[in-house]
Amino acid sequence: MTAAGNGAAAKAPLVEMRHINVAFGGVHAVRDVTVDLNEGEVIGLVGGNGAGKSTLMRTLSGAHPPDSGEILIDGEPRPIRNPRDAKLYNIETIYQTLALADNIDAPANVFLGRELSTPWGTLDDGAMEDATRKVMGRLNPNFRNFTSPVVSLSGGQRQAVAIARAVHFNARILIMDEPTAALGPAETAQVRDLIRQLKNEGIGIFLISHDIHDVFDLSDRISVMYHGRIVDTVRKDDVTTDEILGMIILGKKPTEVSEKELAELGVAT
Amino acid sequence: MANVADVARAPGQTRPPARSSIRELIAQTEIDLRLFGMLLALVVILVVFHALSGGTMIAPANMVTMSVQAAGIAIIATGMVLIIVTRNIDLSVGSLVGLISMSYALWMSDWFPRIFHLGPDVPFQWALALAMGIALGAGVGAIQGFIIAYIGVPSFVVTLGGLLSIRGLVWYQSKGAAVTQLDPTFQLIGGGALGSVGEPLTWGLGIVGCLAIVALLFNNRRQRRRYGFPMRPMWAEVVLGAAGCAVVLFLAWFANRSYWPPGLADQYAEAHNIPVPPGGLLIPAGFPFPIVLLVGVTLVMTWLATRRRFGRYAYAYGGNPDAAKLAGINTRWLILKTYVLMGVLCALAAAIAAARLNGSTLDIGTGYELYVIAAAVIGGTSFAGGIGTIPGAVLGAFVMQALTYGLGFNSVDSPGQNVAAGIVLIIAVGFDTLNRRRGS
Repeated sequence: MTAAGNGAAAKAPLVEMRHINVAFGGVHAVRDVTVDLNEGEVIGLVGGNGAGKSTLMRTLSGAHPPDSGEILIDGEPRPIRNPRDAKLYNIETIYQTLALADNIDAPANVFLGRELSTPWGTLDDGAMEDATRKVMGRLNPNFRNFTSPVVSLSGGQRQAVAIARAVHFNARILIMDEPTAALGPAETAQVRDLIRQLKNEGIGIFLISHDIHDVFDLSDRISVMYHGRIVDTVRKDDVTTDEILGMIILGKKPTEVSEKELAELGVAT
Repeated sequence: MANVADVARAPGQTRPPARSSIRELIAQTEIDLRLFGMLLALVVILVVFHALSGGTMIAPANMVTMSVQAAGIAIIATGMVLIIVTRNIDLSVGSLVGLISMSYALWMSDWFPRIFHLGPDVPFQWALALAMGIALGAGVGAIQGFIIAYIGVPSFVVTLGGLLSIRGLVWYQSKGAAVTQLDPTFQLIGGGALGSVGEPLTWGLGIVGCLAIVALLFNNRRQRRRYGFPMRPMWAEVVLGAAGCAVVLFLAWFANRSYWPPGLADQYAEAHNIPVPPGGLLIPAGFPFPIVLLVGVTLVMTWLATRRRFGRYAYAYGGNPDAAKLAGINTRWLILKTYVLMGVLCALAAAIAAARLNGSTLDIGTGYELYVIAAAVIGGTSFAGGIGTIPGAVLGAFVMQALTYGLGFNSVDSPGQNVAAGIVLIIAVGFDTLNRRRGS
C-alpha cells in the first residue's frame, strides 16, 4: 500500500499512521487507514466530501484521537492524545476553518497556547509582535496590521496568520486542510510557492485539497480516500488526473475499473 | 493646533504627521473611546442630577457614599466580565454574597468566640473570617465551575440552581434570624467615617497612583521603541500622563474634603485632648476602604485579563472556542478558574456588604446578579463572547449607581429608579450595537 519515497528506504519515514480507525457513533469515518510521509515530501490527500480526509488528519493533529491504530514519528510509536502532544512532535496544522480567535490580534493568534513570557510570568506582547512581524515579513510582506483583531483582516491575511502560526514553530510535519479554498488567484499562487519552499526545507506536508490541479502540481504522492478507506496511494508521475478522478468517484483502483464504469463517467481511456 | 502638529512632526516619530482634525488627534492618543464615552456619560449623569437637586448633590460626602454603594457590585462585575467573555453566565453571585455574608456574621459573633474561648474579641478574627470567606467563595465557585466545565451542564442552569439553593442555605445558617455585631476591625471594610484611610494616606495613594501612571506610560514607550514599533506622539504621552495624574490627584483632594461626622470628631477631640475650633473639628476621611479595595481588585483583574495567559485564553476562548481547544488550551480548566475567581470576588463583596450592615440578614445580596450583569453589559461586555473590559464593567457599575443615587437624591422612589435603570440598560446596549454595526 505504501510506496518508498525518493528511494530513501533505509531511513524511517517521518510519520507513519497505521491501521487508524475513527468512528462517530455508528458512522465509521476512517477505516483501517495506513499512510506514511517522508521528509521533504508532499502527500496529496484527496476524496469526495465525507471521505474521511479531515478526520484522518485530525487524529494526527490531536484534535480527535483515533479509536484504534498507532502513529509513529521517526519510526517511534508516539501516542497523540491532544493538540499539545502533536505540537510537541512539531506537527502543525492549518485548519480549513483557520481556527483563529477573531477577537484578538495577529500576534496573539500566532502564539495562542504558546505565548512568550517575561521573567515575571506576564505576556511578552512586544516579543510576540516582533516575532510575528519577522515571520510575516517572509510570508506576506504586505501584512501590516498587527494590532487589530483578526476579524478585520482580509481572507488572505487571515490565511497568512494561520500559516505563520504553523511555520513559526519550526514545523517538521505540516497538515494543510484546503489551504487555498478561500483565496484569490494571486494569494493561491503565493501559498503554492510557500508549499514548495517548505518542502525544500525538508518539511513533510499532508495536503488536503479538492483542487485536483493543486494536488497534481504540488504532491509527490497522492492518497485517495473513499468512504473512510484509502483506495490507493500512488506516485504522482505514475497516474493521470483522470485516473485519480476515477478513484475519487468510484472508490476503485484504475485496474479494477470496468470499461462500462469509465464510459458512464464519460472519461476517455 | 498648528503648534501641536509641529510637535507631532518631530523627528523620530514613525507615525505619519498629524492632520489637524480633532478625530485624528484623539486617534493618536490611542485612548479607548468606549471607555472615554462612558466616563463622559457618568459625568453628564452626575452633573444633570446635581443641577436638578439645586446644586447640592455633588458634595464629597455624597459622592463617597455613592461610590461605596457601587463598590460591591463593581467588584463582582470585574469577574462577571470574564465569565461572560467565555460565553457563560453566573446567576448565583447574589446568593453567594448572602451565604458568605451570613458566614462572616456567624463566624465572628458565634463560632470564633466559642472555639477560641477568648471572649467576643478574638484577635485577628477579621482576617481569619476573610480568609475563610474567600475559601468558601472559591469552593462554591469550584463546584459550580466543575459542573459547568467538566460535566457540561449549561452555566445558566447550574447557576440558576445555585441562585435558588444557596439562598435557601442562608436560611438554614441562621434559622432565618438576622445576625449582628461584627468585629470592629472587620467593620472598617464597609467604609464610613472610620473605615477610610485618612488624609495623609489618601494623598500618599494619590501620589503612588500618579507615579504608576507615569511609569506605565514610560514602560510602554520603552517597549515599543525597543522593537521599533510605532509610538504615540510625545504630546499625546504628555497629555495622557498629565490628565491621568490630574484626575487621580483631584479624586484624592475631593475625598479629603469629606469629613468625619461632627459627633465622632468631637469624641475624637475629647479623647486626644485636641481643642475643638469654632465650627467644629474637621477631620478629613479620605478614600474609604471599599474604594481602595475596588481599585486594587480592578488593577489585579485588569492585569489578569490583559497581561496573563489566563486572560488571553479567556478572550481567545470567547472569540472561538474551537480555536482555543485546537491551540492546546485546557479550556475546561480555564472555565473552572473563571468561576473560582468569581467566588473569591463574591467573598470580597460580601465582606463590604456585611461590614456596612454590621451583620447579615437573609436577603443580603438579593438581586446583585442582575445589577452585576447590567454593569458588565453597560460596560461593553458582549454576550456573544470574547468582548468586554474590566474597567468598562467598573464604570458600568458606577453609571448604574449614579443613576439610582441621583434619582433617589431627587426624591424618585425605588420603583422609579428601577424603571430608569432598566431603560438605561437597554439604551446603552442599543447604542453599542449600533456603534459596532457601523464600525464593522
